[in-house]
Amino acid sequence: MKKDKKLLKNGKRIDGRGIGDLREMEAEAGVLERADGSGYFRMGDTEAIAAVFGPRELHPKHKQKPQRGILQCRYNLAPFSVEDRKRPGPSRRAKEIGKVAEGALSSTVFLEEFPTATIDVYMEVITADAGTRCVALNAGAIALADAGIPMKGIISACAAGKIEDTPVLDLKGEEDQGGQVDLPIAMNADTGEVTLLQMDGMTNIEEMDEMLELAIKGCEKVAKKQREALMKTF
Amino acid sequence: MDEKLVEDKAKVLPGDVIAEGDYLSGQGTYKEDEKIKSKFLGVARTEKSRIRVIPLCGGYIPQEGDKVIGRISGIGPSHWWVELDSPYDGYLSISEGSDEFIDLDNTELSEVYDIGNMIYTEVIKVTKEKDVKLSMQDRICKKLSGGRIVRINPSKVPRLIGKGGSMVEMIKDKTGSRITIGQNGIVWVSGGDEDLAVGAVKTVDEKGHEKGLTEKVEKMLKESR
Repeated sequence: MKKDKKLLKNGKRIDGRGIGDLREMEAEAGVLERADGSGYFRMGDTEAIAAVFGPRELHPKHKQKPQRGILQCRYNLAPFSVEDRKRPGPSRRAKEIGKVAEGALSSTVFLEEFPTATIDVYMEVITADAGTRCVALNAGAIALADAGIPMKGIISACAAGKIEDTPVLDLKGEEDQGGQVDLPIAMNADTGEVTLLQMDGMTNIEEMDEMLELAIKGCEKVAKKQREALMKTF
Repeated sequence: MDEKLVEDKAKVLPGDVIAEGDYLSGQGTYKEDEKIKSKFLGVARTEKSRIRVIPLCGGYIPQEGDKVIGRISGIGPSHWWVELDSPYDGYLSISEGSDEFIDLDNTELSEVYDIGNMIYTEVIKVTKEKDVKLSMQDRICKKLSGGRIVRINPSKVPRLIGKGGSMVEMIKDKTGSRITIGQNGIVWVSGGDEDLAVGAVKTVDEKGHEKGLTEKVEKMLKESR
Protein backbone atom coordinates (compact mmCIF):
# COMPACT_ATOMS: atom_id res chain seq x y z
CA MET A 1 0.00 0.00 0.00
CA LYS A 2 1.16 3.44 -0.86
CA LYS A 3 2.20 5.46 2.14
CA ASP A 4 -0.13 8.36 2.93
CA LYS A 5 0.97 11.79 1.88
CA LYS A 6 1.99 14.00 4.77
CA LEU A 7 -0.85 16.37 5.63
CA LEU A 8 1.26 18.74 7.69
CA LYS A 9 4.75 19.98 6.95
CA ASN A 10 6.45 22.64 9.11
CA GLY A 11 3.10 23.97 10.22
CA LYS A 12 1.89 24.24 6.60
CA ARG A 13 -0.95 22.19 5.21
CA ILE A 14 -1.19 20.53 1.79
CA ASP A 15 -2.71 23.62 0.22
CA GLY A 16 -0.24 25.93 1.95
CA ARG A 17 -2.57 27.15 4.66
CA GLY A 18 -1.55 27.63 8.27
CA ILE A 19 -3.25 25.82 11.13
CA GLY A 20 -5.84 28.50 11.82
CA ASP A 21 -6.57 29.59 8.25
CA LEU A 22 -9.86 29.22 6.47
CA ARG A 23 -10.06 28.38 2.80
CA GLU A 24 -10.81 31.19 0.39
CA MET A 25 -14.42 32.28 0.72
CA GLU A 26 -16.96 33.78 -1.60
CA ALA A 27 -20.51 34.78 -0.74
CA GLU A 28 -23.45 36.27 -2.59
CA ALA A 29 -27.08 36.98 -1.82
CA GLY A 30 -30.05 36.96 -4.18
CA VAL A 31 -28.65 34.54 -6.74
CA LEU A 32 -31.96 32.92 -7.68
CA GLU A 33 -34.69 34.82 -9.47
CA ARG A 34 -37.74 32.91 -8.38
CA ALA A 35 -36.99 32.10 -4.75
CA ASP A 36 -38.18 34.45 -1.99
CA GLY A 37 -34.57 34.60 -0.86
CA SER A 38 -31.39 32.92 -1.95
CA GLY A 39 -27.71 32.70 -1.16
CA TYR A 40 -24.49 31.27 -2.46
CA PHE A 41 -21.47 30.37 -0.41
CA ARG A 42 -18.10 28.91 -1.36
CA MET A 43 -15.24 27.76 0.80
CA GLY A 44 -12.34 26.52 -1.29
CA ASP A 45 -13.71 23.78 -3.50
CA THR A 46 -16.96 23.37 -1.63
CA GLU A 47 -19.87 25.45 -2.85
CA ALA A 48 -23.57 25.53 -2.10
CA ILE A 49 -26.66 27.40 -3.21
CA ALA A 50 -29.63 27.86 -0.90
CA ALA A 51 -33.18 28.94 -1.66
CA VAL A 52 -35.78 30.05 0.86
CA PHE A 53 -39.52 29.96 0.24
CA GLY A 54 -42.07 31.32 2.62
CA PRO A 55 -43.48 31.90 5.08
CA ARG A 56 -46.12 29.91 3.24
CA GLU A 57 -49.00 27.59 3.93
CA LEU A 58 -47.87 24.25 5.31
CA HIS A 59 -49.03 20.98 3.82
CA PRO A 60 -49.68 18.24 4.92
CA LYS A 61 -51.91 19.95 7.44
CA HIS A 62 -51.10 17.63 10.34
CA LYS A 63 -47.62 19.14 10.44
CA GLN A 64 -49.04 22.58 11.20
CA LYS A 65 -48.46 23.97 14.67
CA PRO A 66 -51.22 26.31 15.86
CA GLN A 67 -48.91 28.48 18.01
CA ARG A 68 -45.85 28.79 15.84
CA GLY A 69 -44.48 28.21 12.41
CA ILE A 70 -41.98 25.56 11.47
CA LEU A 71 -38.78 25.61 9.46
CA GLN A 72 -38.04 22.79 7.05
CA CYS A 73 -34.61 22.15 5.58
CA ARG A 74 -33.45 20.03 2.73
CA TYR A 75 -29.79 19.27 2.28
CA ASN A 76 -28.79 17.67 -0.97
CA LEU A 77 -25.54 16.71 -2.61
CA ALA A 78 -25.82 17.15 -6.36
CA PRO A 79 -24.97 13.94 -8.25
CA PHE A 80 -22.07 15.75 -9.94
CA SER A 81 -20.74 17.35 -6.77
CA VAL A 82 -18.45 14.47 -5.81
CA GLU A 83 -15.75 12.43 -7.55
CA ASP A 84 -17.83 9.31 -8.19
CA ARG A 85 -21.35 10.19 -9.26
CA LYS A 86 -23.62 10.27 -6.26
CA ARG A 87 -26.88 8.41 -6.69
CA PRO A 88 -29.54 11.13 -6.68
CA GLY A 89 -32.19 11.28 -4.03
CA PRO A 90 -32.23 11.68 -0.28
CA SER A 91 -29.89 9.33 1.52
CA ARG A 92 -29.82 8.60 5.22
CA ARG A 93 -26.96 11.07 5.56
CA ALA A 94 -28.69 13.85 3.62
CA LYS A 95 -31.87 13.51 5.66
CA GLU A 96 -29.90 13.65 8.87
CA ILE A 97 -28.00 16.76 7.85
CA GLY A 98 -31.27 18.39 6.80
CA LYS A 99 -32.63 17.62 10.23
CA VAL A 100 -29.69 19.09 12.15
CA ALA A 101 -29.68 22.12 9.84
CA GLU A 102 -33.32 22.69 10.79
CA GLY A 103 -32.27 22.83 14.42
CA ALA A 104 -29.31 25.08 13.69
CA LEU A 105 -31.34 27.64 11.71
CA SER A 106 -34.72 27.56 13.45
CA SER A 107 -33.30 28.64 16.81
CA THR A 108 -32.68 32.13 15.41
CA VAL A 109 -35.91 32.58 13.48
CA PHE A 110 -38.92 34.24 15.13
CA LEU A 111 -41.17 31.33 14.25
CA GLU A 112 -43.91 32.46 16.66
CA GLU A 113 -44.74 35.21 14.16
CA PHE A 114 -45.98 32.67 11.62
CA PRO A 115 -48.39 30.26 13.31
CA THR A 116 -49.36 27.27 11.11
CA ALA A 117 -46.98 28.39 8.35
CA THR A 118 -43.69 27.00 7.13
CA ILE A 119 -40.40 28.43 5.98
CA ASP A 120 -38.63 26.09 3.56
CA VAL A 121 -34.88 26.18 3.10
CA TYR A 122 -33.43 24.18 0.24
CA MET A 123 -29.67 23.79 0.35
CA GLU A 124 -27.97 22.27 -2.68
CA VAL A 125 -24.30 21.42 -2.59
CA ILE A 126 -22.88 21.98 -6.06
CA THR A 127 -19.31 20.88 -5.47
CA ALA A 128 -18.18 19.00 -2.42
CA ASP A 129 -14.73 19.00 -0.87
CA ALA A 130 -15.42 18.50 2.86
CA GLY A 131 -17.35 20.86 5.10
CA THR A 132 -20.48 20.68 2.98
CA ARG A 133 -22.92 21.05 5.86
CA CYS A 134 -21.19 24.21 7.04
CA VAL A 135 -21.12 25.77 3.59
CA ALA A 136 -24.75 24.79 3.04
CA LEU A 137 -25.73 26.38 6.36
CA ASN A 138 -23.84 29.56 5.51
CA ALA A 139 -25.69 29.81 2.20
CA GLY A 140 -28.96 28.99 3.98
CA ALA A 141 -28.46 31.75 6.53
CA ILE A 142 -27.78 34.30 3.78
CA ALA A 143 -30.91 33.13 1.97
CA LEU A 144 -33.05 33.50 5.10
CA ALA A 145 -31.94 37.09 5.63
CA ASP A 146 -32.41 37.81 1.92
CA ALA A 147 -35.97 36.48 2.13
CA GLY A 148 -36.80 39.06 4.80
CA ILE A 149 -37.45 36.50 7.52
CA PRO A 150 -37.34 38.02 11.03
CA MET A 151 -34.34 36.58 12.86
CA LYS A 152 -32.34 37.11 16.03
CA GLY A 153 -29.11 36.95 14.06
CA ILE A 154 -27.30 35.28 11.23
CA ILE A 155 -25.96 31.77 11.66
CA SER A 156 -22.39 31.12 10.55
CA ALA A 157 -20.86 27.68 10.38
CA CYS A 158 -17.39 26.29 10.05
CA ALA A 159 -15.53 23.11 10.91
CA ALA A 160 -12.40 22.41 12.87
CA GLY A 161 -10.60 19.11 13.01
CA LYS A 162 -7.50 17.20 13.93
CA ILE A 163 -4.88 16.02 11.48
CA GLU A 164 -1.71 14.28 12.57
CA ASP A 165 -2.54 15.06 16.21
CA THR A 166 -2.75 18.80 15.51
CA PRO A 167 -6.00 20.76 15.79
CA VAL A 168 -6.60 22.70 12.57
CA LEU A 169 -9.36 24.86 11.10
CA ASP A 170 -11.60 24.10 8.12
CA LEU A 171 -10.57 20.70 6.73
CA LYS A 172 -10.49 20.16 3.00
CA GLY A 173 -11.20 16.85 1.27
CA GLU A 174 -7.86 15.06 1.71
CA GLU A 175 -7.51 16.30 5.27
CA ASP A 176 -10.99 15.08 6.10
CA GLN A 177 -10.24 11.59 4.78
CA GLY A 178 -6.76 11.33 6.26
CA GLY A 179 -7.56 13.23 9.44
CA GLN A 180 -8.59 12.02 12.86
CA VAL A 181 -11.38 14.38 13.90
CA ASP A 182 -13.98 16.50 12.13
CA LEU A 183 -15.90 18.97 14.27
CA PRO A 184 -18.43 21.17 12.48
CA ILE A 185 -20.15 23.90 14.47
CA ALA A 186 -22.74 26.53 13.65
CA MET A 187 -23.26 29.59 15.77
CA ASN A 188 -24.58 33.09 16.00
CA ALA A 189 -21.24 34.87 15.89
CA ASP A 190 -22.67 38.04 17.49
CA THR A 191 -23.95 36.40 20.64
CA GLY A 192 -21.71 33.34 20.75
CA GLU A 193 -24.71 31.03 20.85
CA VAL A 194 -23.78 27.65 19.35
CA THR A 195 -26.66 26.01 17.47
CA LEU A 196 -24.96 23.00 15.97
CA LEU A 197 -22.09 20.92 17.21
CA GLN A 198 -21.22 17.54 15.76
CA MET A 199 -18.09 15.48 16.03
CA ASP A 200 -16.64 12.53 14.27
CA GLY A 201 -13.47 10.79 15.53
CA MET A 202 -11.53 10.43 18.75
CA THR A 203 -10.14 13.26 20.84
CA ASN A 204 -9.62 14.44 24.40
CA ILE A 205 -10.94 17.44 26.27
CA GLU A 206 -7.87 19.65 25.77
CA GLU A 207 -7.87 19.13 22.00
CA MET A 208 -11.62 19.58 21.91
CA ASP A 209 -11.25 23.00 23.57
CA GLU A 210 -8.54 23.98 21.12
CA MET A 211 -10.62 22.89 18.14
CA LEU A 212 -13.70 24.71 19.44
CA GLU A 213 -11.70 27.88 19.87
CA LEU A 214 -10.42 27.60 16.30
CA ALA A 215 -13.92 26.92 14.96
CA ILE A 216 -15.43 29.87 16.83
CA LYS A 217 -12.79 32.19 15.37
CA GLY A 218 -13.53 30.70 11.95
CA CYS A 219 -17.25 31.36 12.36
CA GLU A 220 -16.52 35.01 13.12
CA LYS A 221 -14.65 35.33 9.84
CA VAL A 222 -17.46 33.57 7.99
CA ALA A 223 -19.95 35.99 9.58
CA LYS A 224 -17.99 38.92 8.17
CA LYS A 225 -18.16 37.43 4.69
CA GLN A 226 -21.91 36.83 5.00
CA ARG A 227 -22.41 40.41 6.17
CA GLU A 228 -20.48 41.74 3.17
CA ALA A 229 -22.64 39.72 0.80
CA LEU A 230 -25.90 40.87 2.37
CA MET A 231 -24.83 44.50 2.52
CA LYS A 232 -24.28 44.44 -1.24
CA THR A 233 -27.91 43.60 -1.97
CA PHE A 234 -30.51 46.33 -2.47
CA MET B 1 -25.72 54.08 29.17
CA ASP B 2 -28.00 55.28 26.43
CA GLU B 3 -26.35 55.07 23.13
CA LYS B 4 -27.40 54.91 19.56
CA LEU B 5 -24.93 52.82 17.63
CA VAL B 6 -26.32 53.07 14.14
CA GLU B 7 -27.08 56.19 12.16
CA ASP B 8 -30.59 57.01 11.06
CA LYS B 9 -31.48 55.35 7.74
CA ALA B 10 -28.48 53.03 7.95
CA LYS B 11 -28.75 49.52 6.58
CA VAL B 12 -28.85 46.81 9.22
CA LEU B 13 -28.82 43.01 9.29
CA PRO B 14 -30.69 40.68 11.62
CA GLY B 15 -29.01 40.73 15.04
CA ASP B 16 -27.30 44.11 14.59
CA VAL B 17 -27.38 46.22 17.74
CA ILE B 18 -29.05 49.53 16.90
CA ALA B 19 -29.16 51.16 20.32
CA GLU B 20 -28.51 50.49 23.96
CA GLY B 21 -30.37 51.55 27.06
CA ASP B 22 -33.37 53.81 27.26
CA TYR B 23 -34.76 53.46 23.77
CA LEU B 24 -38.08 51.90 22.83
CA SER B 25 -38.16 48.83 20.68
CA GLY B 26 -40.50 49.47 17.74
CA GLN B 27 -41.56 47.40 14.76
CA GLY B 28 -38.92 45.17 13.24
CA THR B 29 -36.74 45.17 16.34
CA TYR B 30 -36.41 43.13 19.50
CA LYS B 31 -34.87 43.78 22.90
CA GLU B 32 -32.23 41.55 24.44
CA ASP B 33 -30.02 42.43 27.43
CA GLU B 34 -31.04 46.12 27.25
CA LYS B 35 -29.94 46.22 23.64
CA ILE B 36 -32.25 46.93 20.75
CA LYS B 37 -31.47 44.69 17.83
CA SER B 38 -32.78 44.40 14.31
CA LYS B 39 -34.98 41.52 13.24
CA PHE B 40 -34.67 42.15 9.52
CA LEU B 41 -32.39 43.03 6.69
CA GLY B 42 -33.65 46.56 6.51
CA VAL B 43 -33.24 50.24 7.23
CA ALA B 44 -33.10 51.54 10.80
CA ARG B 45 -35.26 54.55 11.63
CA THR B 46 -35.56 56.54 14.82
CA GLU B 47 -38.61 58.53 15.78
CA LYS B 48 -37.99 60.31 19.06
CA SER B 49 -36.82 57.43 21.21
CA ARG B 50 -38.58 54.67 19.33
CA ILE B 51 -36.48 52.59 16.99
CA ARG B 52 -37.95 50.79 14.00
CA VAL B 53 -36.51 48.69 11.24
CA ILE B 54 -38.20 48.83 7.87
CA PRO B 55 -37.55 45.55 6.04
CA LEU B 56 -36.18 45.76 2.52
CA CYS B 57 -37.79 42.51 1.47
CA GLY B 58 -40.15 39.86 2.70
CA GLY B 59 -43.64 38.51 2.34
CA TYR B 60 -46.98 39.84 3.50
CA ILE B 61 -48.51 39.01 6.89
CA PRO B 62 -52.05 40.40 7.28
CA GLN B 63 -52.57 43.17 9.81
CA GLU B 64 -55.76 44.75 11.05
CA GLY B 65 -56.74 47.80 9.06
CA ASP B 66 -54.82 46.88 5.92
CA LYS B 67 -56.54 47.39 2.60
CA VAL B 68 -55.60 44.47 0.41
CA ILE B 69 -56.40 42.96 -2.95
CA GLY B 70 -57.34 39.30 -2.89
CA ARG B 71 -58.59 36.57 -5.13
CA ILE B 72 -61.69 34.58 -4.27
CA SER B 73 -60.42 31.02 -3.91
CA GLY B 74 -63.32 29.20 -2.30
CA ILE B 75 -66.98 29.50 -1.49
CA GLY B 76 -68.54 28.07 1.68
CA PRO B 77 -72.18 27.87 2.75
CA SER B 78 -72.16 31.47 3.94
CA HIS B 79 -68.69 32.82 3.31
CA TRP B 80 -65.89 33.23 0.83
CA TRP B 81 -62.23 32.33 1.15
CA VAL B 82 -59.87 34.92 -0.23
CA GLU B 83 -56.25 34.35 -1.22
CA LEU B 84 -54.06 37.25 -0.14
CA ASP B 85 -50.59 36.19 -1.35
CA SER B 86 -49.72 35.39 2.24
CA PRO B 87 -49.59 32.16 4.25
CA TYR B 88 -53.04 32.96 5.62
CA ASP B 89 -56.26 33.04 3.60
CA GLY B 90 -58.89 35.64 4.39
CA TYR B 91 -62.42 34.81 5.53
CA LEU B 92 -65.17 37.00 4.15
CA SER B 93 -68.55 36.34 5.72
CA ILE B 94 -71.78 37.04 3.90
CA SER B 95 -72.73 39.85 6.27
CA GLU B 96 -69.40 41.60 5.75
CA GLY B 97 -69.36 40.81 2.05
CA SER B 98 -72.38 42.70 0.89
CA ASP B 99 -74.51 45.64 1.97
CA GLU B 100 -77.56 44.14 0.40
CA PHE B 101 -79.57 41.30 1.77
CA ILE B 102 -78.65 38.00 0.16
CA ASP B 103 -81.41 35.45 0.19
CA LEU B 104 -79.45 32.21 0.45
CA ASP B 105 -82.47 30.15 -0.63
CA ASN B 106 -82.64 31.81 -4.02
CA THR B 107 -79.14 33.07 -4.73
CA GLU B 108 -75.79 31.41 -5.14
CA LEU B 109 -72.92 33.14 -3.40
CA SER B 110 -70.98 32.86 -6.66
CA GLU B 111 -73.37 35.38 -8.16
CA VAL B 112 -71.92 37.98 -5.80
CA TYR B 113 -68.24 36.99 -5.95
CA ASP B 114 -67.20 33.99 -7.99
CA ILE B 115 -64.00 31.99 -7.71
CA GLY B 116 -61.23 33.87 -9.48
CA ASN B 117 -62.75 37.32 -8.93
CA MET B 118 -60.40 39.92 -7.52
CA ILE B 119 -61.65 42.13 -4.72
CA TYR B 120 -60.29 45.18 -2.94
CA THR B 121 -61.05 44.53 0.69
CA GLU B 122 -60.18 45.45 4.25
CA VAL B 123 -58.65 43.26 6.94
CA ILE B 124 -60.85 43.87 9.99
CA LYS B 125 -59.53 41.25 12.38
CA VAL B 126 -56.49 39.06 12.75
CA THR B 127 -56.49 36.62 15.67
CA LYS B 128 -53.42 35.27 17.43
CA GLU B 129 -53.76 32.10 15.38
CA LYS B 130 -53.77 34.26 12.26
CA ASP B 131 -57.38 33.76 11.30
CA VAL B 132 -57.99 36.68 8.99
CA LYS B 133 -61.41 38.31 8.75
CA LEU B 134 -62.19 40.56 5.84
CA SER B 135 -64.88 43.12 5.19
CA MET B 136 -66.31 44.92 2.19
CA GLN B 137 -68.26 47.43 4.31
CA ASP B 138 -65.88 50.30 3.66
CA ARG B 139 -67.05 52.43 0.74
CA ILE B 140 -63.85 52.09 -1.22
CA CYS B 141 -63.90 48.29 -1.12
CA LYS B 142 -65.07 46.85 -4.39
CA LYS B 143 -64.99 44.00 -6.80
CA LEU B 144 -62.32 44.61 -9.41
CA SER B 145 -63.41 43.87 -12.93
CA GLY B 146 -61.35 44.41 -16.05
CA GLY B 147 -57.93 45.96 -15.79
CA ARG B 148 -54.71 44.23 -14.94
CA ILE B 149 -53.10 42.78 -11.87
CA VAL B 150 -49.43 43.45 -11.12
CA ARG B 151 -47.64 41.84 -8.21
CA ILE B 152 -44.86 43.75 -6.46
CA ASN B 153 -42.91 43.05 -3.30
CA PRO B 154 -45.09 44.09 -0.31
CA SER B 155 -42.12 45.95 1.20
CA LYS B 156 -42.18 48.29 -1.81
CA VAL B 157 -45.81 49.32 -1.35
CA PRO B 158 -44.96 52.45 0.70
CA ARG B 159 -42.60 53.55 -2.09
CA LEU B 160 -45.29 53.03 -4.74
CA ILE B 161 -47.72 55.13 -2.73
CA GLY B 162 -45.10 57.79 -1.99
CA LYS B 163 -45.34 60.63 0.52
CA GLY B 164 -49.00 61.44 0.86
CA GLY B 165 -49.73 59.38 -2.26
CA SER B 166 -47.44 61.48 -4.45
CA MET B 167 -45.95 58.62 -6.45
CA VAL B 168 -49.19 56.87 -7.34
CA GLU B 169 -50.88 60.20 -8.06
CA MET B 170 -48.09 61.04 -10.50
CA ILE B 171 -48.45 57.72 -12.31
CA LYS B 172 -52.23 58.12 -12.44
CA ASP B 173 -51.88 61.64 -13.73
CA LYS B 174 -49.39 60.79 -16.49
CA THR B 175 -51.11 57.60 -17.69
CA GLY B 176 -54.75 58.31 -17.05
CA SER B 177 -55.12 54.89 -15.45
CA ARG B 178 -56.99 54.01 -12.32
CA ILE B 179 -54.64 52.35 -9.85
CA THR B 180 -55.59 50.52 -6.68
CA ILE B 181 -52.82 49.29 -4.39
CA GLY B 182 -53.22 46.51 -1.85
CA GLN B 183 -50.91 46.43 1.16
CA ASN B 184 -50.12 42.84 0.22
CA GLY B 185 -48.32 43.93 -2.93
CA ILE B 186 -51.07 43.30 -5.45
CA VAL B 187 -51.75 46.31 -7.67
CA TRP B 188 -54.74 46.73 -9.93
CA VAL B 189 -54.35 48.94 -12.99
CA SER B 190 -57.29 49.80 -15.21
CA GLY B 191 -57.97 52.16 -18.10
CA GLY B 192 -55.77 54.80 -19.70
CA ASP B 193 -52.34 53.75 -20.88
CA GLU B 194 -52.24 50.44 -19.02
CA ASP B 195 -48.90 49.32 -20.49
CA LEU B 196 -47.18 52.46 -19.33
CA ALA B 197 -48.76 52.38 -15.88
CA VAL B 198 -47.80 48.72 -15.41
CA GLY B 199 -44.27 49.57 -16.51
CA ALA B 200 -44.08 52.38 -13.98
CA VAL B 201 -45.32 50.14 -11.18
CA LYS B 202 -42.72 47.54 -12.10
CA THR B 203 -40.00 50.19 -12.14
CA VAL B 204 -40.91 51.12 -8.58
CA ASP B 205 -40.71 47.44 -7.63
CA GLU B 206 -37.29 46.98 -9.18
CA LYS B 207 -35.73 50.29 -8.17
CA GLY B 208 -37.71 50.97 -5.00
CA HIS B 209 -34.64 50.98 -2.80
CA GLU B 210 -32.62 53.37 -4.96
CA LYS B 211 -32.27 57.09 -4.46
CA GLY B 212 -34.06 59.53 -6.72
CA LEU B 213 -36.83 57.08 -7.49
CA THR B 214 -39.39 59.75 -8.28
CA GLU B 215 -37.15 61.27 -10.95
CA LYS B 216 -36.47 57.88 -12.48
CA VAL B 217 -40.15 57.04 -12.76
CA GLU B 218 -40.89 60.52 -14.09
CA LYS B 219 -38.22 60.08 -16.73
CA MET B 220 -39.50 56.66 -17.67
CA LEU B 221 -43.04 57.99 -18.08
CA LYS B 222 -41.82 60.90 -20.19
CA GLU B 223 -39.58 58.84 -22.47
CA SER B 224 -42.23 56.36 -23.46
CA ARG B 225 -44.55 59.09 -24.55
